[in-house]
Formats: sequence, structure tokens, C-alpha cells
Amino acid sequence: MGQTMTQKILAAHAGLDKVTAGQLIKCKLDMVLGNDVTTPVAINEFEKAGFTSVFSKDKISMVMDHFTPNKDIKSAENSLKCRSFAGKYDITHYYDVGDMGIEHALLPEKGIVASGDCVIGADSHTCTYGALGAFSTGVGSTDMCAGMATGEAWFKVPSALKFNITGKLPEYVMGKDVILHIIGMIGVDGALYKSMEFSGEGLKNLSMDDRLSMANMAIEAGAKNGIFAVDEVTKAYQQGRVSREYTVYEADPDAEYEEVYDIDLSEIKPTVSFPHLPENTRTADNWGDVKIDQVVIGSCTNGRLEDMEMAARILARKHIAKGVRCIVIPATQSVYLECCKRGWMETFINAGCAVSTPTCGPCLGGHMGILAKGERAVATTNRNFVGRMGHPESEVYLASPAVAAASAVTGKISEPSEIM
Amino acid sequence: MKVKGTVHKYGDNVDTDVIIPARYLNTADHKELAAHCMEDIDIDFVKNVASGDIMTAGQNFGCGSSREHAPIAIKASGISCVIAATFARIFYRNAINIGLPIMECPEAAADIEKGNEVEIDFDTGVITNITKGHSYKAQPFPDFIKEIIAEGGLLNSLKK
Repeated sequence: MGQTMTQKILAAHAGLDKVTAGQLIKCKLDMVLGNDVTTPVAINEFEKAGFTSVFSKDKISMVMDHFTPNKDIKSAENSLKCRSFAGKYDITHYYDVGDMGIEHALLPEKGIVASGDCVIGADSHTCTYGALGAFSTGVGSTDMCAGMATGEAWFKVPSALKFNITGKLPEYVMGKDVILHIIGMIGVDGALYKSMEFSGEGLKNLSMDDRLSMANMAIEAGAKNGIFAVDEVTKAYQQGRVSREYTVYEADPDAEYEEVYDIDLSEIKPTVSFPHLPENTRTADNWGDVKIDQVVIGSCTNGRLEDMEMAARILARKHIAKGVRCIVIPATQSVYLECCKRGWMETFINAGCAVSTPTCGPCLGGHMGILAKGERAVATTNRNFVGRMGHPESEVYLASPAVAAASAVTGKISEPSEIM
Repeated sequence: MKVKGTVHKYGDNVDTDVIIPARYLNTADHKELAAHCMEDIDIDFVKNVASGDIMTAGQNFGCGSSREHAPIAIKASGISCVIAATFARIFYRNAINIGLPIMECPEAAADIEKGNEVEIDFDTGVITNITKGHSYKAQPFPDFIKEIIAEGGLLNSLKK
């Protein structure tokens, strides 16, 4: 029996010819990532354990993105701890206010992660880099600490689910709708401990931004990682960004999958996850009349250039509904700058949106758009758990940038086609 | 090694945002985290929990964010073990790494009720429900993980 793409990458990084599902292995890491919430805990452990060096100053990334620009004294102390550690160990990829972006938008954009890499990050959405054909998974702070010190991590080799992609997405339907559809189909633990592997002739019709938002939410189905076959789209994206050699791995034709799902992109409809689980998905015919108070367009799921482009397209020459607050957060400085250059910033501001510097902010209920009791938000973020964006009795509805922007205009959850 | 305590029971898909809401992630202080453990789904948990108590839950416990603050908050609140039908993978890893005992046992998770007195033997994997007079056999850890636990967590096992 052959190996999946994930298994091949893990085998190569464990120095083995072949691995099988369930096997415990130790892998060499190409990148260890942390943010301003998880890194301070890792630094505490690092110092407590008495480590005095890092395995590689070039293979550690620290991105200050969750509570930045710092919202209070405690979060400022946390950023300071990371800044001091990064200075002391001369960490190459340390990103602070002014050059940072949301970590999972920033690392691919800067070419810091690439096809074939083995990556851990102390943030659950580290699975995003699977869009590039890397093995990439979220861990906790102790694993980050061990990774920084040794350059290694232990893994249980996952079994796999295959998603065979065909067709082409209809207008105003995005990668976000595809992944919400899949999570609705298999559930929030439908891929527990497994890898989700995306391939098929329809892949060529999914942009890199679509793939990044899909791989990003693999964790919301419980997956260990999500991974896309590498094609011309991937290679074109990495051209000019990745300055080193990278390795393209392909699944064996006889690789073993626990399930194979056929996903025809042309049949995907605008999809929204209702409170309080990402699996509670509904398409437009079942949305009903849901009035909203806030819209958030941004996050590591949907703060990239195409997301901003879609929002600008829908908001152009329109104004958001009275009583609705719309917060737009380009995910990186480079996306922010492009929004300025392309005139989208003007579109957003004329439409009545607030535009923020890159931050995870409201997605996790951190700052920059917290909900009051009883309030409802449509958000392009990734989780709608109880209290995720603020008060335990507030509600978050997960959607694509197209649906979020359209909803901002109408004041209720709406399809883009209603106003375009 | 054995632990014994009163059960605090929760449902399926308990996520790390309700175990410790992000508004408290501006600190890594164990006591401060414990003071807000579970408050968005059970405001009385912190008031009711006693040292040695046991937490039970259904499927996919600890799903969502990778925040290690979640198992830290549970451990610092006094909970001696979490029993669930299944655990989300990052939480499973984090709990082992920081030394919070966890047991995967669907039968125990289904049968044990809130307030039951339960005893857990980590050496045999046997969970005894003293109140109901039932016992259940949990999935034993793979040897690799047993070694990490025996060393007192991942970092101790690395230092060896």
C-alpha cells in the first residue's frame, strides 16, 4: 500500500523510507511558529527547563498579532517578553507592529514556509500552510518550546480523508464556502486525528487565497492537517517569494484513504455557519431573516488580497445599513498597502466601514470589535463558539467575504446576488 | 497512582474558548487562569470545584484554539483527571505535555453522572464509579506517551 502526501512528508522528515498510519515518529522541523499569546508560555518553559540556545535562529517565527497593537498592560508585557527573547537569540523572523501581519497570512506571503516543509506552530490555524503542499499542524506552547530547543517534534502518523475536487466555483462563491460546506458535511470532529487531502482536476480553478482559507479551517473539522496537491498555481505563488529549494511530494496512486469525498465546485452555494459550531451550516434557502449588528471582514481565514477585492467589489458605490458596524481588517501590511493603491480603502471608508491595521483582534474576542450581550455578527473568521467574539450571549455567523459584505449592506444575512 | 473525586459533567465539543475565554489570555498566570475556568458555560464551576475533583465530557473535548492555557486552567482549578469520549488532538497533546491526566473512555463518559464519586487507577486504566457501583476500562496510553508522563511531562523527558 502506498503513502499519502502527508505520510511522505513525515517519512522524509523522520529519515524513514515509509511510514504507516498510527506509527509514532520523531520529525525534523523546518519552521517553529508562535504568537504573542502562546510564545510567552513557551519562553517561560524554555527558561524553566534551562535551555540556553535555539536549534536555528532562521527556523523560528514569532508574530505579534493577537492582542496587538497591544490592548492593555498585560498584553504589552507579553509582547515585551517575546521581543526580548527574539533579540537575545537573534530570531530572524520576528514580526512586530509595523511589519507584522496575521501569522498565517504573513508566513506564506513572505515565502517563509514552502511546499514539502514540516512545520509546527503554537496556534491551531497553523494548518493553513497545507495550502502550499506542506505538512503543517498546530501544537501548544510546550511543543513550541521543545521545537525551539531541539528542532524536532513527535507525531502519530495520521490516516487520511481524500477530497476529490472537480468543477469551478460559481460567481460570488469562494473557498470559504467550500470548506464550510465540507465541515457541515463531516462535522467538527469528522476528521479527528486525520489529514484532509485535497486534489483533483478542479484544483486548478481554486486560487491560492481560496486554498489558504480552506486549509486554514481543516482544524475546525478536527483534522491534524489539511494539505493540497502542488500544481502550477502553487508554483506560481511561490515564485519570487520562496528563495530556497523546496520539495514537491505527491501521494502514491495506491495511497490509503479512510474515505473519499467528491466535491463538485460548481454545486457549492454561499454557506453560513450558524451559532455555535462551524458544522451548523446552512445555505441561503435556510437562512431566514437574521438581523445583524456587526460585520468583520478579515482574519487568518479571510484577510488576504482576494478577500479584500471581493469585499470592495460588493461595497463599491454602496453604503452599509444603518445600525450596522462593519470592521475591515487587511491581514498583512502588504495587503493593507494594496488596498490603498487599488482604491479599495476609499471604497471601504465611503461605504461606512472602519478599517484596522492587521490584528487577530475581534476573531477571538480579543479587542477591536467585541460584541455586547445579545448582539449578532457575520464574520469571515473561523470559529463561532459560545462567547468567541465577546459576551457569552452574543452570536457569530461564519461566512465568506462576499456574504459578509452583502450582509453589511442589507443589515441581515444576505446573498451577494441580492444586491449585485 | 489513584485519584478520587466528585464529577463535573459537560457535553460534546467543549471548546478551549469556553474552557478559558480569550479575554483572559493576556496572562499566563496559572491561578488567574483557573479563576475563570469554564465560566462561559458554567459560571459556578470555579465556586464548586474542589481539589481532586474529576471532569467528564462527551466527544471532541478541547476542540478549537491550541491555547495551552486551557489544560493549565483545568489543572490549576484542582481537577485531577478529565475523562471524555474523545479529545481534540491538540488538547490531548497539550494535556500530556503539561501533566494533566486525561482518559479516553466513551463508556465512562456516557454512564457517569454529575456529582458521582469516581476513582481512577492510572496504572490499570480502570475507572470506578463508587456512587453507581459501575466500573469501566479506559484506553491505555501508547508506551511512548506513558514515558512522557512518567518523566513528568515533555520537557523533563527531553532533558533526560
